Amino acid sequence: MKKSKVFWVYIIVALIGYGIINVLINNGTLDLYYSNLIITIMINIILAVSLHLIIGITGQFSIGHAGFLAVGAYVSAICTMYFNLPFVIALVVGAIVAGFMGLLIGIPTLRLRGDYLAIATLGFSEIIRIFFLNWDYVGGASGMQVTQMTTWTYAFFCTLATIIVILNFTNSRHGRACIAVREDEIAADSMGINTTYYKVVAFVIGAFFAGLAGGLFSHNFYVILPVQFGFLKSFDILIYVVLGGLGSMTGAIFAAILLTVVSLYLQDFPETRMIIYSLVLIIVMLYRPSGLMGTKEITDLFKFKKRSKGGNVND
Amino acid sequence: MTNPLLKVDNVGIHFGGLKAVSGFDITLNEGELVGLIGPNGAGKTTSFNMLTGVYKPTEGTIIFDGKATKNLLPHQVTKLGISRTFQNIRLFKELSVLDNVKVANHSLAKHSMFSAIFRLPSFFVGEEKMTEESIAFLKIFGLDQYKDELSKNLPYGMQRRLEIARALAAGPKLLLLDEPAAGMNPQETRELMDLISLVRKKFNLTILLIEHDMALVMGICERIYVLDHGQLIASGTPEEVQNDPKVIQAYLGEEVEDSC
Repeated sequence: MKKSKVFWVYIIVALIGYGIINVLINNGTLDLYYSNLIITIMINIILAVSLHLIIGITGQFSIGHAGFLAVGAYVSAICTMYFNLPFVIALVVGAIVAGFMGLLIGIPTLRLRGDYLAIATLGFSEIIRIFFLNWDYVGGASGMQVTQMTTWTYAFFCTLATIIVILNFTNSRHGRACIAVREDEIAADSMGINTTYYKVVAFVIGAFFAGLAGGLFSHNFYVILPVQFGFLKSFDILIYVVLGGLGSMTGAIFAAILLTVVSLYLQDFPETRMIIYSLVLIIVMLYRPSGLMGTKEITDLFKFKKRSKGGNVND
Repeated sequence: MTNPLLKVDNVGIHFGGLKAVSGFDITLNEGELVGLIGPNGAGKTTSFNMLTGVYKPTEGTIIFDGKATKNLLPHQVTKLGISRTFQNIRLFKELSVLDNVKVANHSLAKHSMFSAIFRLPSFFVGEEKMTEESIAFLKIFGLDQYKDELSKNLPYGMQRRLEIARALAAGPKLLLLDEPAAGMNPQETRELMDLISLVRKKFNLTILLIEHDMALVMGICERIYVLDHGQLIASGTPEEVQNDPKVIQAYLGEEVEDSC
């Protein structure tokens, strides 16, 4: 089938990219500084894409994504450090527990709309952070020592899996149902779509992949601290999605790459860093209020036909 | 006697102290085309919202196809076979015309989320079937050549038709049309009347429609219910309703006694 052919072309391109970077890292062209940057970018892409499913596709304004990141980070760190489980299993366990937290939090809060949902999710992510802050088992405020295990291979394949799963979900009747919820909840309900179910599903999938990113995150920096998962982290992720363009997955990915690089280089100017960062955001919002990509996908450029929105990359 | 498809018994709703609708009784037999008319603010759309589960009636019972629908959520009511259009168009604006119809076709499709994520064969078969069925609906309404257009970019009359196509794609037995001809010119209204008669025969539908365009209502409805101030004031054939003094009074007002 033609559709699946295009899909495989993208996969092969991605794998070639993986191979090239892998070689560059192994022969030392990309030193530790750059390989670390690339892994951070990958983690941020996972976070951006998972939040894109919740905000961009399903239209549920959640600003507690760092909470799920924290759950994944701590749970997977506990798995490897205290139970000596293999890293892969730790990643999966972290993601599943984060997804389960998404379910617990999603069921009561997704009845709320707009600002109310935002405040409720923010509250929940703060509860999670403060829980870890006061839990001596994971070191409390002084943090937890974690062995560095995240490699480019792990980061790449986790990112690829995230993108494929969320893309495939979006381009199915289930993803369309989520977009319908975003567009008009009452109409979606009247067309036979169980709106609560799809909101919770999107929330759980988003939380699951945020947990996966958490596992990569905690095993990348030798130590994790509760303060890393504060609401500023949630806003960072939110900014990727909004800056990239709500509803555009490639937009979210670009914004994640761009802002990760920008904030890294701005570390050389600590006094003005946040000012420049904020100015970039203000300027983008003034001149492109719908985000860098609007609702379009980069792959739309390769097509001459008009496309519906929501991430029809491979069909 | 066969059971009616829809039996609404003494249904009412009040918002706080405001009684929006009370003592609403209607019966629809299978295959009928019935109109619901009344002046602005009479409670017509509120009645629709109660029938589709958007509002929960505070009193009375609604039996559709032998099942009580009063405590069901809107999507559950739709699955039983009631679907609707909206007075103020509620299309999924940023979705293509085709996808709008596919969304409504959603609950008739079977392929699971698992098969979608892993792109199993059942996914491709299921999506293909949805696309074919949706295009068939678009063809009936003459919208198939616009299938890739975003629905917000369609002209007004087509948006109205798309709403009906979308409602049909949900596979209803009973179709509720809320002012389908609002804002249309006489030519478009005539075409719409033909279209409604056509789909009614083709899909063996029962239709309840709200409309202000009396030519349309009197032209195609077999029976008419008249609402005013939240209460049914008349019902019967178009001729009966037209000559009912209460209806004339509701629409035109009373003659003032000449006192001077």
